[in-house]
Amino acid sequence: MNKLNSLLLVAGVVALAACNNPDRYGAGGAGAGGMGAGGISQGGLGDPSDPNSIAYFNQTVGDRVHFAVDQSTLSPEAQTTLTQQANWLNSHPAYTAIIEGHADEQGTRAYNLALGDRRANAAKNFLIANGVAGTRLQTVSYGKERPLAVCSDEACYTQNRRAVTVLGAAGGV
Amino acid sequence: MTPHRLLPHRPFAWRAFADRMEPGRAALNSLSNRTRWGRAAAIHAAGIKANDPREGKAMTFIRSLCVALALTGLAGMAAEAQTGPLRITITDGVIEPLPFAAPQFIAENPGAAEVAAQISQVVAADLTGTGLFREIPASAFISPVTSFEAPVAYADWKAINAQALITGAVSAGTDGRINVKFRLYDVFSGAPLGDGLQFGGGQGDWRRMAHKVADQIYARITGESPYFDSRVAYVAESGPKDQRLKRLAIMDYDGANVQYLTDSSTIVLAPRFSPSGDRVLYTSFETGFPRIKLMDLASVSSRALAELQGNMTFAPRFSPDGGTVVFSLSQDGNTDLYAMKLSSGATTRLTNAPSIETAPSFSPDGSKIVFESDRSGNQQLYVMSAGGGEATRISFGEGRYGTPVWSPRGDMVAFTKQNAGRFHIGVMRTDGSEERLLTASFLDEGPTWSPNGRVIMFTREGAGAAGVAQLYSVDISGRNLKAVPMQGGASDPDWSPLLP
Repeated sequence: MNKLNSLLLVAGVVALAACNNPDRYGAGGAGAGGMGAGGISQGGLGDPSDPNSIAYFNQTVGDRVHFAVDQSTLSPEAQTTLTQQANWLNSHPAYTAIIEGHADEQGTRAYNLALGDRRANAAKNFLIANGVAGTRLQTVSYGKERPLAVCSDEACYTQNRRAVTVLGAAGGV
Repeated sequence: MTPHRLLPHRPFAWRAFADRMEPGRAALNSLSNRTRWGRAAAIHAAGIKANDPREGKAMTFIRSLCVALALTGLAGMAAEAQTGPLRITITDGVIEPLPFAAPQFIAENPGAAEVAAQISQVVAADLTGTGLFREIPASAFISPVTSFEAPVAYADWKAINAQALITGAVSAGTDGRINVKFRLYDVFSGAPLGDGLQFGGGQGDWRRMAHKVADQIYARITGESPYFDSRVAYVAESGPKDQRLKRLAIMDYDGANVQYLTDSSTIVLAPRFSPSGDRVLYTSFETGFPRIKLMDLASVSSRALAELQGNMTFAPRFSPDGGTVVFSLSQDGNTDLYAMKLSSGATTRLTNAPSIETAPSFSPDGSKIVFESDRSGNQQLYVMSAGGGEATRISFGEGRYGTPVWSPRGDMVAFTKQNAGRFHIGVMRTDGSEERLLTASFLDEGPTWSPNGRVIMFTREGAGAAGVAQLYSVDISGRNLKAVPMQGGASDPDWSPLLP
């Protein structure tokens, strides 16, 4: 769907989404929003106890799913999270989302970009299959450029192999 | 930023000068008639570049250097090399760098004193940096060189076992230009090797002039094309691992003259030189999505490659004629290879598979493309026609293979290999045979070839939060592994062609 959008529209959505996305480049050292590691006190995310807030989506619904090494298939756990995301998005039609795909550092740069793209699209396709309009969803891959955890063992790698659903207001669209 | 200094294709004016001590061709001919010619011929068979008739004579210069070069030979590799008379040395692995003396270049006027010293240092550093040469310290010299034109006291240099002698002189004009000249001598033959040369340039170009001198010496002694007067485009890195700041940058091959081409406001990845060295393709997140951009180095201005459908374009490389860009485009979670004519923007799809196809690299004749694909279940290397179609798998060892790069000579592919939790840089023939791993570490990736195909530069990154990416180089023999001297982190090197 995004291929039909003009560059301007894409840029606008990105700018909106960047407001609450601690992973996004240039967002500052806020840390991991959805995982409660900081950043949730930032303005704009709302009260995490308010089920209509972005903070609620990030923390309680769960904004991210994880993947096995070099895989993009959705585990039962990931499917549960994405089902909850779809439900929330279906009841909050004012929000769009950019789904970010990430890889751990155990891979070459270009391949990891492609792998992150696969992961983001796996999550996106699941949301669409569960009723979310494709026009509300974008994907972007960061490859291995934005690890969440920086140790070099599986404890960190498992956090870094992820697809994160980053909410943005739909604006006037 | 000084854009004029980015111009990579401003040639120097060269001229050989009349040399009263220079027997010219006669000296070379006498060299060629010596008995060591036979050994040089054997080295040709071992795969050292053989299309330069001067090479045979040059290779007779010193046996130890021949051995070193045989080990680095591209075409022959082990099997053929072992049939030659150098086999014992090769299997012993004994490499004795060629000892040379390079007295500080003479400053022909006071204004040239500093630059003469600087040029001398860079010439020596270029040569010793190859691992093929060893500099004899000036403290061992018996006779000082006080004049560029004075007769060479060969016996004094022979006595300290200097097998090559390099003399030079620098003069500085009042117009800010400098003139550099040098001669190279085969001490044991008691004769110059090749003509004396001199050339001029701006004072600010003294490093390039030094690299040009070293290139001449390297080429004459080894019979190989050189690589010192070249540049490297790369990504300069700073900041912690989870918030890396990345800037496009360019530097001399030895880490000097760093110039930044972008600021750190957006992620940039994997710059790739055009064949003429005047443009760079790279991937930028400037729009929020990975997109290929094309930068003109003279003006340091960039433009998007083209409006393309799909979510992400990345991994671009030029064709050898510079007219086509091959790259990866991802659409709906699937990554394939495409080719775009730069003149028209016309785009052709080269692969059409549900697997990941990326990291394409042209053969030097432009007829084929090597790339990586996980169509077999994990990353492996494949070769196909430049127009697409059927692909032949060439990697069959254990583990995963990625980032293939065709060698400038056309006979080898360098790659990244991942196996058992380690990363390696390796080389193989273009049919996948004779695979050899040159490095091993926690994370090595992204090889790029020196212009003469003798050296590979790559990214090595350390583990953990403190892990920093650095550029390393290694000879294709696997010897002379070393970090490129730089400030700060760096990744994704791409080696330019030799500058004119």
